[in-house]
Order: sequence, then structure tokens, then C-alpha cells
Amino acid sequence: MSATLEAGSWQYRALNALNPGLDHLSDGLIDLVEAGHPVVAGSADLKYSNGLVKFADVHPDRFLQFGISEQHMVSAAAGLATTGAMPFVATFASFLGLLCCEQIRMDVAYTKLPVRLIGHHTGIALGFYGTSHHATEDISTMRAIAGLTVVSPADGPQLRAAIRASAEWEQPIYFRISRGRDPRVYGDDVTFEFGRGIEHGYGADLTFIACGTLVHPALEAAEALRREGLSVGVVDMPTIKPLDEELVRLVAARSRIVVTAEEHNVLGGLGAAVAEVMAEHPSRARLVRHGIADEFSLIGPPTHLYRHYRLDTAGLVGVAKLALQ
Amino acid sequence: MNPAATQPSTTSATSPPGSDDGTDRLGDRAAFIRTETIRLIEIAKVGHYSSVFSAAEIFAALYYDVMRIDPARPDWQDRDRFLMGKGHAAVGLYPVLGDLGYFPMGLLDGYAHLGSSFGDHPDMTKIPGIDFSSGSIGHALSNGVGMALGGRLAGRDFTVFVMLGDGEMQEGQVWEAALSAAHHRLDRVVAIVDRNGFQLDGGVDDVIGIEPLAEKWRAFGWHVVAVDGHDVGAVRQVLREAKQGPRTGIPTCIIANTVKGKGVSYMETEPGWHLGYLEPADGERAVAEILAARNGVGA
Repeated sequence: MSATLEAGSWQYRALNALNPGLDHLSDGLIDLVEAGHPVVAGSADLKYSNGLVKFADVHPDRFLQFGISEQHMVSAAAGLATTGAMPFVATFASFLGLLCCEQIRMDVAYTKLPVRLIGHHTGIALGFYGTSHHATEDISTMRAIAGLTVVSPADGPQLRAAIRASAEWEQPIYFRISRGRDPRVYGDDVTFEFGRGIEHGYGADLTFIACGTLVHPALEAAEALRREGLSVGVVDMPTIKPLDEELVRLVAARSRIVVTAEEHNVLGGLGAAVAEVMAEHPSRARLVRHGIADEFSLIGPPTHLYRHYRLDTAGLVGVAKLALQ
Repeated sequence: MNPAATQPSTTSATSPPGSDDGTDRLGDRAAFIRTETIRLIEIAKVGHYSSVFSAAEIFAALYYDVMRIDPARPDWQDRDRFLMGKGHAAVGLYPVLGDLGYFPMGLLDGYAHLGSSFGDHPDMTKIPGIDFSSGSIGHALSNGVGMALGGRLAGRDFTVFVMLGDGEMQEGQVWEAALSAAHHRLDRVVAIVDRNGFQLDGGVDDVIGIEPLAEKWRAFGWHVVAVDGHDVGAVRQVLREAKQGPRTGIPTCIIANTVKGKGVSYMETEPGWHLGYLEPADGERAVAEILAARNGVGA
């Protein structure tokens, strides 16, 4: 990567061309088409940001450009689904989860239509673009909608596997994905099962329950803490709704401390979902919800923001140590 | 299913003699829609009478003449579709669907009861024949655009009719959808604006004016036709032309000039009837007016 395209760069078109991260979205959709599914992909003037340009190049007849009309795109996707199509529509998570919330509720979820919503650039991934583009409320709004499945994959391969698996999932789905530059957690052969968390090690002292971009730093933080002699596990919880409640209860039964980690407001997100389960099924475990503490995030390069909000490896180690004191 | 077999005789269903082009029957069905609306709202004790009454001839022309439908196969993929942005007029559509045999007419006796499938706004997951749920104003044209895009992708030739309220023109999403339909050259999308002039807070042009409406749709790339929304023969004609006309790539907007509360004299002059309740005696007088107007046809 050239000097102008280091990790802090905003030249996403060039970066995406170099980094295959976002290709996983298009690749998953291309897999579905090849398997005979009537996929239609829609974008609201962001096909370069979300990588759907690759799908559009391969299947131009199956790509729909909606322009900067996100609400219309969601409602039209619902109409498309009534004709037997399998629509996937994508835009920034900040717009999908808030601007289009009512269209998702009424036209997609209430109608039980198999629309797949792709909210990308979640959390603070859009750095200096600002609070308008940060998505720290979308888990909260989406999981409050009855019948809507909410999925936050840890990396590109898991996203691709989840997209493939979605062909057999009848409910509408909100996929929450980052910007495709997330470090890999899984290999290309990873599979996906809706509603199931994935355990990475046993934690008698502490278990991180993380989703999305926080899974990778949680794994690194757990490794660092283990080197200090602590028993630390990680649960990757890609399906936030329906939540793997059984696994949450199992973790709460055997860990002294549970730390949820998410790139989202701690209100209403993964931490809240876990808290609801732990409150109704008391255990001796203490819960620490880690994420954005009910504030509008600062602007800055993403790496700086993750450090500031302790959403990187070092930050998670610090949060864990504080809880273990 | 034979629709007539399940239909209660709440109206005089016989067409007056003397015409055979079918418009008398459509007029009769429009009267049926109005009287059934009064009957159903009597159950709920509140409803949108006048929003149905402005649209009754449009419902009748669509469902009893223009649309390609099969009540025995409500999910038939080649059927024409009808969506209502002004979902609050659903109480006038339910009797049509029951009359056509989508479901037993007797189900409507439980209108608005606890757990009923039939409420003020239409629910596609509960009612056979409802092509899309609505209630939040402004979504329906987008839903219809999506259906037309899906039809094109699947190689099916059906027409999507979307009825919009004139107050609904104030919703931004309508214009997103209007841009989209023209851009994607969806000439089998037909928007029907029920231009009855009133919304909850008063006259549309007093609340937030929408004129010049025809010029707006034209500027958005649509073919615009105006029609007297209560001349059922003329309504049928413009709907047929929109459905069967040559493929131009241009979607059609029909501006139906209507009267809110049409058919009941004191509703026609009182915009406050957007949402209301007729006491039983007033309801009987309204039914009598509607039937008297029908009996005058062809006489």
C-alpha cells in the first residue's frame, strides 16, 4: 500500500481496490446468484463505499441504483420482495438504522418480507465524517422492531457465510457491517448459523461477549490477559437478535465477570441485550457493558477514535483489568 | 367461490335497466362500497367515511373492470396490484374484496374487534387480496415501484395501481418514488391521486398547498391525465388506457378530481368528516341518500 493509502486514509475507492474486505458482500451475493437465488442488490449512491460495484459489474441486470433516496429504497425493496425477488439493499448504517427506521418497521418487518438490509460503516468507522455518519444507535433501533433479525458479523468471511446462510432464513434481516478493512478473525471456510454465538476459549475469570469489529480486539485482549495468568474467554455474538440466550447464561454461570464489547451506544445494543438475559436469570457474574457511553462520538481518524473510546486491544485489556480489580 | 353467495343484501345490487356498457354496474358497486362503509364504521364507531366516498368509483372501476385479478389466487404473481397510500380508506376496499370472494363476507362483521384482521388500515399478512400493507402515508408509491421493478426482472407483465391521497403529496418519499419510476421507465406504474381537497387539519391548499399538481408530476417525468373521479365510465376509461396503452417508458399519473364525502350531502360540504361517526339514525339517512341517488340512475 502506498504512503497515501495507509490505514488512516480516506481514499476508500483506492483502498477498497487494494483491500478485499468489502468484496465479501458482493462475493456473498454472487454466490447466491450462482446457487440460483433471485438476488437483487440496491444501493443509494454508495456502490463504491459498500463494494456493491463488484456485484453490479458481474450482474448489471440485478443491480438497482436508487440514488440518494434511502427511504424509497427500503420501501421499494419490500415491493420487490413481494414479486419473489431476494432484495439486498445497502447504505450507511447511520441512515438505514435511523432515517429508514419506519420504512423498515412498516414495509419490511410488519409485512414479514425477506428483505436483507445492509447497514455498513457502523459505529465510528466513518471517523471525521462526523456524528451524522456515525452509527451508534442502529442495533438499538433495529432490535426493537418485532420479527427483525439483527446480525453483526466479525469479519468479511463471516459476512459472506452469513449472506449465503440467509437464503434459508425466512425473516427480514439487518446486517451490520463495518468498512471492510476489519482484520480477519476467520478463514474462508467459516460457516454461519443464525442465532448461535461462537465460543473462543473458556474464561473462569472473565469472558468478553463481543460483536462485529470488537471481536478481533477482544480475542487479542483475551490472549494478552491469558499471558498474565488469567482465565479469559471470548464469545463472538454475531446474531444480536435472536440472541443466543443459552450461551449468555452458560457464560454467566462460569465467569466471574462478563464484559460486553460493541461499537455502539451501551444503551440498547449488545450489552443491553446481554443485560436483559442476565437480569432475568441471575448468576454470580458481574456485567460490564463497554461501548460508547451514551454520547455523540468525537471525530477523528478511526484508529484514533478506537483508541480514545478504548475499543481497541489495549483499551479492552484496560477495561478488563479495571473490572477484575 | 361465488361472490354473490356470500354477500349480504345490504344494498340493491341490481343495475338499473337501459345500459349495457357496464358503467351502471360499476356505479352500483360504488354505492355498495359507500353503504358497506357506513355499516362497518357503525361497528367501530369511528372511521374515514369521506375518504372512502371520494374513492368509491375508483375502487369499483379497478376491481370490477380494469384489474387482472383472480380472487381464488390472491398471490398469483401475474395479477395486477393495487396499493393505497391513503390506507385509511381500507374500510371501503374490504367489502369489495369480500364481494369478489377473496374471503367470506361475514368476516367483516368482526371489523375492528379485538384481534380482527380488518382494521382502519389494510394488512397484507392477514387479508387475502391486500397487495401491500399501509398506514404510514408516503410509502406506497415506493412499494409499487419495487413491485414493478420485480415484475420487470421476472419477465411478468402486470400493472401496479397506487392510490395516493392529495394530502399525501406533502410526503417527501412520494417524490423520491416519482423520480425513481420515471428514471427506471416503469410505464406499468399508475399513480392515482384522489384529489378530494381535504386532509385532517383542513383544506389541502390551506394546510400545505400542492398546486400546480399536474405540472409537478409532468416535471417529474410522468404522463398526467385528469378525470372526474365520480364519472365511473370516465374513470374506467383512463384506467384502461393507462394499463393497456402503448409501452412508452413513461409512468402515468391520474389526477382524479373528487369530492370528499361524495354521496352524502352533509359530508360533501363539511371537511370535518375526514374522521367521524354517524349516529345510527344519521347513518340510515346517509344510506337512503346513497341508494336514492343510485335509483335515479338510468330512470
